[in-house]
Parts: sequence; C-alpha cells; structure tokens
Amino acid sequence: MVKRIVVGAHYGLKDWLVQRVTALVMVLYTLLWLAIAWYKGGVDYALWQALFANGAFRVATMLFWLALLWHAWVGMRDIWMDYLKPTALRLTVETLTVLTLLAYAVWLLDLLWGPR
Amino acid sequence: MSALERPVTKQRPVYLNLVRIRLPLPGLVSILHRLSGAALFFVGLPLVLVGVARSLASAEAFDAFRSALATPFAKIVLIGLIWAYLHHFCAGIRFLLLDVHQGIELKPARRSSVVVLFISLALAVLVGVRLW
Repeated sequence: MVKRIVVGAHYGLKDWLVQRVTALVMVLYTLLWLAIAWYKGGVDYALWQALFANGAFRVATMLFWLALLWHAWVGMRDIWMDYLKPTALRLTVETLTVLTLLAYAVWLLDLLWGPR
Repeated sequence: MSALERPVTKQRPVYLNLVRIRLPLPGLVSILHRLSGAALFFVGLPLVLVGVARSLASAEAFDAFRSALATPFAKIVLIGLIWAYLHHFCAGIRFLLLDVHQGIELKPARRSSVVVLFISLALAVLVGVRLW
C-alpha cells in the first residue's frame, strides 16, 4: 500500500463529496416526480403546465438541474483525466465541457424564469 | 526509506487489451456506470433540455417534438438512454451504500452487482415495451 502524505494539495475529496451530495439531490427530485405521478395518476400536459407555474416547483427543478450539471462536470472531468493525457488537449476539452454546462444552466434559468 | 523519500508511483503490471480483459461483475457495473454517464452527458442531457424547452413553449411544440421521436431509430435511442439513466441511478445508489460500508465484502458486493444489472435491465425492458 502506498502511503502518501495527504497535505497541501487538493486530493479530490471535495469533488468526491460533491458527486455524492448532488446524486442524493437528483434521487430526491426523481422521487418527487414519481410521487406526483403516482398521486395524480399520471402526468398530462395541464398538470405539467401547472407544475412549472408553481414557484417552489421551479426552484426545486433548478436545484435539480444545478446538481445534475455539477455532477456531470465532476464525472466528465474524471473521464477526461483518465483518457486524455496531452495536457493542452485535456484543458481544451475540460474548458469546452465547463462552457457547455454553464450555457445549459443559463438556458435553464431562461426556460424557468424567462419570458414565455 | 522514509515515507517522504519513497516514490509515489510504483511499477505495476499494465494489461489493457480491451478484447481480452475479463471484468468481475462489480467491475462490469463500474465501467457501465461510466459509459452510461457519458451517454447521458453527450446524448441524454441535450435531448432532455430540448424536450423541456419545447414542452414549456406550447402543447403544439411539444407534440411536434414527440412525433419527431416516434421513429423506430429514435425509440431505440430513447430506450438506450432510459437504460443508461436506470443503470446510472441503481449503480450510483450501490456506490453510495459501499461508501457507508454496506455490502463491501466479496459476496454481498457480487450479489448487489447482479441486483443492479438485473433491476435496471428489467425496468428498461418494462418502459421500453410501453414506449414501443
């Protein structure tokens, strides 16, 4: 077993924790949808519209999406770190990933709170 | 040699012939977790976002989006994505349980791998049949 002295640098503990907390947020939101569908006996377009007209539901939805986007960042960064060895290529792809996820976040804000 | 002097990386055997690797079941769950996550990032995420946008625009826009996804090819992609979500979900919960030291012995770890593979496949088949 390699014994490293784990001080003075980021060893990924924060990312590890973020991955788990955001996963739990997404599980809760999935359960919320299942509960709504079960309680209402299905989801039709009227219910869909009514849900997204509700402020608290929109906040919960945005929290879910922020958790998902952050989760996707940690996961995709893990994948890029494992397979893309040339530093310039990895940094470029990581930057594109961040920009894409940020663009998605802005898009979602506009979808949820922007003018219809 | 003290801990400070010892090199952090040791020479380890590298055996990465993808065709000949035989993964144990927990390893299979793990690599499928990664593959399904990547599929969700590259295909599922943009598709769901467009769907949400269309559905919030108007009922007609959402119907148009739905009929665009009614082709056999689109349905196969959708069923694949549904499996990816289910597998990622179930395998993720298994990893969370492993983190809190539930089922880390060899036997329960193998059993939970089978459970994850089976439940996500079975649910994907159920949803797939309804979708088709």
